[in-house]
Order: sequence, then structure tokens, then C-alpha cells
Amino acid sequence: MAIESLPNPALPSRRGPSLGFLTATPIIAIATICLTLVILSAIFAPWLTSHDPQLLAPAMRLKPASSEYLLGTDAYGRDVLARILYGGRISLLIGLGAAVTSIVIGLCIGLFSGFFKWMDAILMRVMDGLMAMPGVLLAIAVVSLSGATLTTVLIAITIPEIPRVARLVRSVVLSAREEPYVEAAISLGTSMPKIMWKHLVPNTVAPLIVQGTFIAASAILTEAILSFLGAGISPETPTWGNIMAEGRAFFQVKPSLIFWPGLLLSVAILSVNLIGDAARDALDPRMQQREAGK
Amino acid sequence: MNDIVKPVLNESTPLNERPIALDIENLVVAVGKDGKGKKILDGVSLQVRQGETLCVVGESGSGKSVTSLATMGLLPKDSLKATSGSIKLVGEDVLQASDRRLRDLRATTMAMIFQEPMTALNPVVTVGKQIDEVLRTHTNLGSSARRAKILDMMEQVRLPDVKRIFSSYPHRLSGGQRQRIMIAMALVLEPKLLIADEPTTALDVTTQAQILKLMRDLQKDHGTAVLFITHDMGVVADIADRVAVMRQGRLVETGPLKQILSNPEMDYTRNLLSSVPSLVPRPPRIEEGFNPVVLEANELGKVYRERSFIGKPREVHAAKDVTLTLRKGRTLGIVGESGSGKSTVARCIVRLIDPTSGGIRLAGREISDLSRRALQPHRKKIQIVFQDPYRSLNPRITVGESICEGPINFGTKRSVAMARARELLELVDLPADAVNRYPHQFSGGQRQRIAIARALALDPEVLVADEAVSALDVSVQAQVLKLLDDIQTRLGIAILFITHDLRVAAQICDDVAVMQHGKVVEQGPAAEVLANPQQAYTKQLLDAAPGRGWDFANFRPVDPALVASAV
Repeated sequence: MAIESLPNPALPSRRGPSLGFLTATPIIAIATICLTLVILSAIFAPWLTSHDPQLLAPAMRLKPASSEYLLGTDAYGRDVLARILYGGRISLLIGLGAAVTSIVIGLCIGLFSGFFKWMDAILMRVMDGLMAMPGVLLAIAVVSLSGATLTTVLIAITIPEIPRVARLVRSVVLSAREEPYVEAAISLGTSMPKIMWKHLVPNTVAPLIVQGTFIAASAILTEAILSFLGAGISPETPTWGNIMAEGRAFFQVKPSLIFWPGLLLSVAILSVNLIGDAARDALDPRMQQREAGK
Repeated sequence: MNDIVKPVLNESTPLNERPIALDIENLVVAVGKDGKGKKILDGVSLQVRQGETLCVVGESGSGKSVTSLATMGLLPKDSLKATSGSIKLVGEDVLQASDRRLRDLRATTMAMIFQEPMTALNPVVTVGKQIDEVLRTHTNLGSSARRAKILDMMEQVRLPDVKRIFSSYPHRLSGGQRQRIMIAMALVLEPKLLIADEPTTALDVTTQAQILKLMRDLQKDHGTAVLFITHDMGVVADIADRVAVMRQGRLVETGPLKQILSNPEMDYTRNLLSSVPSLVPRPPRIEEGFNPVVLEANELGKVYRERSFIGKPREVHAAKDVTLTLRKGRTLGIVGESGSGKSTVARCIVRLIDPTSGGIRLAGREISDLSRRALQPHRKKIQIVFQDPYRSLNPRITVGESICEGPINFGTKRSVAMARARELLELVDLPADAVNRYPHQFSGGQRQRIAIARALALDPEVLVADEAVSALDVSVQAQVLKLLDDIQTRLGIAILFITHDLRVAAQICDDVAVMQHGKVVEQGPAAEVLANPQQAYTKQLLDAAPGRGWDFANFRPVDPALVASAV
């Protein structure tokens, strides 16, 4: 009997996530556009406004919107638009930083506890302990112990997110290491680090992208909460949370002090969450199977 | 609905004069909601008469399961559609029936049993209640009458201790018992047609033999028409009255069992039958000269301990005192049913799991007590090929990358390893440029060839094949077995072949070890063990092998003289 037909060259030669999901539905497309605009406005803040966000001008306190101050000024005479634009830099930096740091650390912890049984017991109990504490409380404790700078706030926000990533990675590794191709690699004499990197880590990429977006959104929000409570980065540095915290006192006089940063905060978080949902739908293996079944 | 008149069937009525229960005519099923896509079934016509068993056989992708789903009205609505033809069930066209009518028909006039009885039963409802639900929905019987009927049905499917089983949950029952429950549930309303989709494929061979006999007996008592879907020619030979052979959505040929088995008209059917390995062991190969022992397992044992908080830990002996010897260039088969410990032994020998006791000597070196690090240099001498070709290759890296992995681990330069990978692909009859492709571009059989190439890349002295051909279609299986044989002749490699399939074992093994409950019950040259078994369990296994009386490759019953000469 003849050998089966040769590989079909028409099949796609590479399987992998594409970025097509970013425009899958109109709502997701809008979210993508909004997030892009927020990011661009933060990056190009120095070119979008000529005002210094930290320059105090007591003479110009609480001015209404004008051609010079597009959104008016705050209680210290600082330009609100400039503060919101520059504030976006800190907020987004914290979102991105918390996502990347917690994923890197959580990935390592998850890999080790998923692969080595004896480490699992220790690492996972530590993670359980971390998860038992409310994130904001833990963050406030860390910040009050070490002082509020960008780095400490970032660390404070990252720590409570690590267990979530570690547990996710661990569960992926636990199921992937049972795959025959991982056992084949063991019998081929592949070293543990190489097995992890080549055969296990790729399986975690898709779920981690999804988890990363949710961490970013939650980190931006936590930073705002910390600033609002006065436990965040020092008040003269503009962040969305700080601007709102200062604006609280003048809410009845000038609601726009809270409205604009709040709006940007909501739009940024909503967009990131929507994109995360879309990414999950696109990267979920069950969804891929459904596509392939057609 | 309990007034269904039992069909008055005289045993002597010839099958071809009985009334037709199912009449499928010119059925076309195509992909897509509107059925505009590729045709999955193309003009299939089948008839099943009352009291008759029609076996639909075919390899994967032949459309045999789609035929059964279409008959049950269970085609997935948004992906498959019957575009033309008719399916008449006792005169009523299933394709035209409303959803409501279909639900009614499915219980009272036709019923289906599936391959995996565990997934077809609800795990959180007792089996008695699950059968009761069928009766409650479709009859007006009172609760005690229903219970009596169910217990009676359970006895008919020969379940032991029916009262206890009535109130048991599915996970308390064995695979065979679950399939009996499924059969009881299917037959409790006396349907005219029973569709059985690979009902014994997931079962062990001895259980399979019992279930097949049960279905035969029940059919005689109830006069049910049976549409039996299978890929196993042995099962066909045991149960069919008539056979329909399907391939790629078309009917290849159909006819009475005897005619199809002994005188098939179409080449495809001939090829399919010739691919079925014979149960009669192949003539023993003569050992040329002295072959050194490459692998020895000495009283190997593996104990799984289930720790419990209170009391003594429970111990399960997955393997106990297993002693095996494998010489260069020879094939040793380990056969047994699921749970016999054959895979545990294989995994201990490759050191994917650590044996609890006993020794493993690989090429003269004891490896059972080496640490992972110390084991590393010995890994290359023994390689394994797994059962599932879809999971044994990393889908994210190219085929070449997979094959190179071993040699690179042992210090071969990448370019040299890649050139070797191309040679190996040609050795397993695949084109050399397949190195740049990804696993999903290959079929199951091709992937298994790639897995073999990967195992050979390290020039091992022992190749462990753990059910390596069990997931493949019979014609592909024949090709892969031939490939293994060729490779062994060319490279002089020793093969440890784990299988549940006695036919495969009879054709590829020089020696056979039969395992049961973690122990080797009989061991010796394949020709002796399989043709003249000494132990009761081996005899039982051989007796249960489906189609044992038929020599498929030669289109005739097994010649007793041939069996005798093999010993």
C-alpha cells in the first residue's frame, strides 16, 4: 500500500497568536484606539503642552478653562491638562511595570513549583499567605515601611499580583509536563532548564498575555487608590490619583479637577480590560479548536 | 408507549426477507450551516433489516460516525447539514422530522450507545435513576413498575447484584459494567434500531468479547436492528451479518459478511483486510550468531503509595517482580490489558519514573539506582516512542528541531544534527525537507514516523515502543510496523514493544511476556506463547481476541495446520 500523501503545503506553516483580535469587534477596535491615544498623549506630553506640571503659580489659583489653560488650573495654580498628561506617564508606567515584573517573578516561581515537587509545597504556601492579605492593605504597609517613591509603589503594587501569576503558570506547567513531548525530551537527555524554556514556557505565553492585561488595569487602579489615600507617590508628582486627591477638597468649586483624571483613568482601565477579554477569546485553546473545527 | 408489540420474528425467516428497519438512501452531508462546503458524506445508501447487524467499517475520516449521527438527528446544526437523500426509520424520514418528534423517536424507536460509557453517563446521578428517567419521560408506568422493568433489564444485560448497582454512581462501576448500563438504557424501551458507535473500542479485549456476545444475544431476544460502527475487522468478523465498507464519505462496497471477508470486490477492501495482522505468530526469526543482551530487568517493582492522613498508607503494586531480557536485534513484546502494568514497566525502564525495587541493566550497566545527573550519559542508549502521535511532538517547534534535540544535548553541532535529521526523515520514508515543517501539517501516521526518527537520532541500542501503533488506522499501522521491522534489520536495534493488541504482538515480536495485575504470568518465544499458551490467563486473552477464527490477509478461515506448524 502506498505511503500516505505528503505534507500539505497549503496549511499555514506557523501556528501562533496574531494581533488580529485587536479589531475583532467595533467595541474592541474603539478600546484599542482609546488606549493608543492615552499612551501616545502620555509619551508626547512635553510636546502637547508647554506648561510645567509641577510649577506653582499662586496667582493663577483655580482659574477656569481658557485658551492658555485648556482645562484650567488647580489650587496651586498648576495647569490641569499638563498634570493629567504627565500623570498618565506615571499611571501607565506603573501599569506596565507591575504587569511585567509580576509576570517575570510569578513565571519563575510557577515554573519551579510546577516542576519540582519539593519546592511546590514551600513556594505555594508562601503564595497562599500573600493571597490571604488584601492587596491595598499590603501595598500601604510596604509603602509606609519604605517611603513612597515610584519604585516602592511599584513594588508594593506588584507583590500582591505575583501569587496569581504563579498559580496560573503552575497549573499550566503541571498539565504540560505530563505531555508525551515533555517526557520524550526527558528521555532525549534534555536538561531541566532547557525543557522549561523550550517546552513549558511557550505554553504559558497565551494565558500570561491575558493575565498581564488584567494586572496592568488593576495596577493602574491600585496606584490611583494609594495616591487618593495619601499613601502613594508624593503629592507634587502628578499622577491621576494625586490629581483627584487634591481636587477632592475643591470638588464643589471645580468638579473638573476630579472629572478629567477620573475619565482618563476609567477609559484607560476599561480599554485594557476589554483588550484583555478579546485576547483571552482569541488565545483560548478551546476557541482555537472551535475555529479549526470549521 | 408500553404497548409496543414485540416483533414476531421467526428465527427461520431469512434475513433478507425481514422488514427493513432503517433505510438510508443517497445521503449527502456537507460542511456549513447551509451545507455549501465540502461533502463529508457523498451518496451513502444503507439498509438494515430487523434482527440484522450491519457493520459499517472504515478508517478515520471515512464518515462512518457522521452516518450514525445523521441517523440519530444529532448532526451539529451550525457545522454539518444533510443536503439531500433520505433516512427512513421504519418508514418515517428522520431528516424531515421536527425536533420534538426526533426526541420521541430517539428513545422509543432508535437508541445509541457510544464508545466511552463514562462520558455518556451523568456522574452525579445513580445509574438506576438515569435509566428511570428514560422510562418516566416516555411511558406512563408507575414507579414500582418502572423499577421492576429496570431491574429486569439490568438482569438481561447480565449485571451482577442488580439491586446494588441500581443505586450505584457510574464511577463505582467498571468500564464493562458501564457499557452494560448504556445498553440497558438503550434497550429498555425496545427500540427498533440500535446504533452502536465503536461501543467496545475503549474496553479491554476480554470485556469486549463479553459485550459483543451480550449484544448478539439481546438482538436475538428482541429482534432489534443493529447499525454497528467499528474500525476493527476482528469485531466485524464476530458480530456482523452484513458489512458496509466506507472510505472518505463514500460507500466502497456492501455485502454479506462471508462475501466481504472471503471475496471482496474492491481493491480498497482487499487492502484493508490484508492490513489486519494475523493472530498466527509469524515464523520465528533465526538468531544469527550470538547476540549480546542489551537490556535486562531484574525483579523490577513499582509501588504507588496513596498517603492518607489517618491509618496506614494504601499500597498499589503497579509492577511486581518483573524480569525481562532483551537481546540485540530482537523484539520483546509486553502484552496485557489496561492496568496490567505494562506501561509502568516501560516507563521504569526508560527511567521516566523511578522503580521502587529491582534492577535495570542497560548495555551491561546498572541504571536503576543512578541519579538524574548520573543517568544523563545513559539516556541516549534507550529511547521511547509514545502512543499518541498528536501529543508526542511539541507543536510549537519544527520537525527538524524536534529530531535535533537529542543529538544537540549530547554535544553534536547543530548543522551536523540537522543534516542527520534529514537523513533520518528519509529513513522513515518522509521527504528530507519536512525538517522545516510543523507537526500539525502531518497526519497521525506521519507524525509517528517523525517520533521514530527522533528516537533514532541518538543511535539508541534499545527502542521502547509504548502502544506506538495503537492509535493508528489499520493500513497505517501496517506501514509503521513494516518500518520498525526494516529499521531493526538495518540497524540491529533491540525493540521493547508494549501493546494490548495480540495481533500486532504476533506479527512483530520474537518473544512475548504476558502481564496481568503487575506480574508477568507467561513468558517465552512468541510462536509458543501465542500459539500454544500454557497459562489460563493467556488462553483467555487469546480466546477473547475478536475475529480469531478468520485469516483476514488470506481471505479464509484460519488453517489449523498453519497454527500447528508455527509452534
